[in-house]
Amino acid sequence: MLLSKELRKGFWITFFVLPGLVIVAVFILLPLFLSLFNSLFSWNQLIRGEWVGLENFRRVFFTSPYRERFFNALRNNGKWFLVTMLVQNTLGLLFGYLLSRRIPGHGFFRRTFFIPVLFSIVAVGFLWGLYLKPNGLLNAFLKLVGMESWTRAWLGEESIATFSIIGVNIWRWVGFPTLVFLAAINAIPLDCLEAAYLDGARETQVFGRIVLPLIVPALTVITVLTLIGSLNVFEQIYTMTGLDGSPNYSTDTIGTLFYRTAFGSVDSGNPEIGIGSAIGVVIYLLTFFASAGFIALSRGREVEL
Amino acid sequence: MNTDLRYSSTAWGKNLLLFTFHLLMGVYVGLIFYPLFNMVVSSLKTTREIFQNPFGFPPLPQWRNFWIVWVEKGFYRYFGNSLWVTSVSMVFVLLFGSMASYGLSRYSFRLSLGLYLLFLSGIMLPLKAAIIPLFILIKNLGLMDRHLSIILIFIAMGLPSTVFILSGFMKTVPKELEYAARIDGCNDLSIYGRIVMPISAPAIALVTIYNAVPIWNDFFFPLVFIQSDRLKTLPVGLSSFFGQYSTNWSLLFSGLSIAILPMLILYLCMSNYFIRGMTAGAIK
Repeated sequence: MLLSKELRKGFWITFFVLPGLVIVAVFILLPLFLSLFNSLFSWNQLIRGEWVGLENFRRVFFTSPYRERFFNALRNNGKWFLVTMLVQNTLGLLFGYLLSRRIPGHGFFRRTFFIPVLFSIVAVGFLWGLYLKPNGLLNAFLKLVGMESWTRAWLGEESIATFSIIGVNIWRWVGFPTLVFLAAINAIPLDCLEAAYLDGARETQVFGRIVLPLIVPALTVITVLTLIGSLNVFEQIYTMTGLDGSPNYSTDTIGTLFYRTAFGSVDSGNPEIGIGSAIGVVIYLLTFFASAGFIALSRGREVEL
Repeated sequence: MNTDLRYSSTAWGKNLLLFTFHLLMGVYVGLIFYPLFNMVVSSLKTTREIFQNPFGFPPLPQWRNFWIVWVEKGFYRYFGNSLWVTSVSMVFVLLFGSMASYGLSRYSFRLSLGLYLLFLSGIMLPLKAAIIPLFILIKNLGLMDRHLSIILIFIAMGLPSTVFILSGFMKTVPKELEYAARIDGCNDLSIYGRIVMPISAPAIALVTIYNAVPIWNDFFFPLVFIQSDRLKTLPVGLSSFFGQYSTNWSLLFSGLSIAILPMLILYLCMSNYFIRGMTAGAIK
């Protein structure tokens, strides 16, 4: 009787967990493992060749033209992360704080800021791609207000194209950190803040010494999400400057480079599965270690009430 | 925090700062709405009018544009495909996800933590980077250019976060309810279906939004796995449409409006639900 009870429990656990587990194992864990495996072989189209150890990684890091392409793309991902942290998340923190202080119209602002978050990156990318064309809306606006000298090919000049795309992405995404920070600040017990006010703390002190330390977990989450997002930029480039990261690879990112090596495109010719897998593994490792690093770093700074 | 303590302040500098911030937020609101507004207005103009008079209204609104894009250019099919793929994926994300969460959170057994972590490993790591083995796998399964390929991948992508959010919620359902139901003769399946699932409804609502929006918007996987035009989902359909009609801005704006407006309207109707759902993974 006891055995059958254990058996029955085992049956139910299997019944409930197995379907989900099989799908996750086959479509997430297996491909993850296989991309590591594949990166250690030479490839001829879709046929796996011989074991080459870390040769694919060596070629990505040290030989032309992969090295130039890879580090050029990585530099752009770095720009994505830095600019997004600096502009989007700072703005998000400011907006979130202001909304938490119930400034007039806060309900409206809160709802409005979140609107573009719901849109697909592809639609947003194409929309702004049209607006940022030389004959698009932005330049027309600049002409209208007499700033004709500011008009340019926003997506066509090497020095600014990446920043234009990052700007569009910030437009779409700023509502997200705003509302995450707002929720975090709203979760701070009111007596904490009241005590500070009664003690005569100034607004900046309240923000810097009480609010900020108490929302470290939210800051960590947003930083890690920004990091993951920055390493996985793809659709934004695809829709606004194309798979080749034009002009002259200046908007190329690891995501687009990875896609080109994996599936081949007009200029890079045949797909290179070995190199592509190696880049895929690098994306994984970067994502994993950088996220883990940030989480470890913030652990020490969290304040418990 | 609902203290307005500080805003009664009459300090001049402070009011100025507040005004500046308000202005900044107002400008940002304009920055969100105007491009959307202009998109809709432009979709009713001819391409010539868009270039000649980018800020004005069309003298003769081209309502036909929407008809052309929706029917002749096949957007109704893209839309239907997106609806179908998203619904089927979500049914199974919710079914398998809630079952797995139930199994992992309501039974104590040796492997439960290990299995839980196995599910979670899918949250942080981007599946896009494993597209090569995934491509070979789908090819070998004979699923290329079939909706089932992306549906399976979407289910897999949705499960980790679903298990994370739902099992956290299901842990809080009191055991006593379960004991009572068992005395009344319920077996495990009916406890799951009649007790725990109805109680978890709010969390399930959040998980639905959290997964349905990214699945509806996903571009990468349909781009790789779907080639036939009649099977394309909205984002991929929009993309090939942009490739084909790159000079006909009038139609391009109509296509964008069709892609964006339904989501906007849905959001305006239930914005709080959307906000809580989308931020569910980032807020404890």
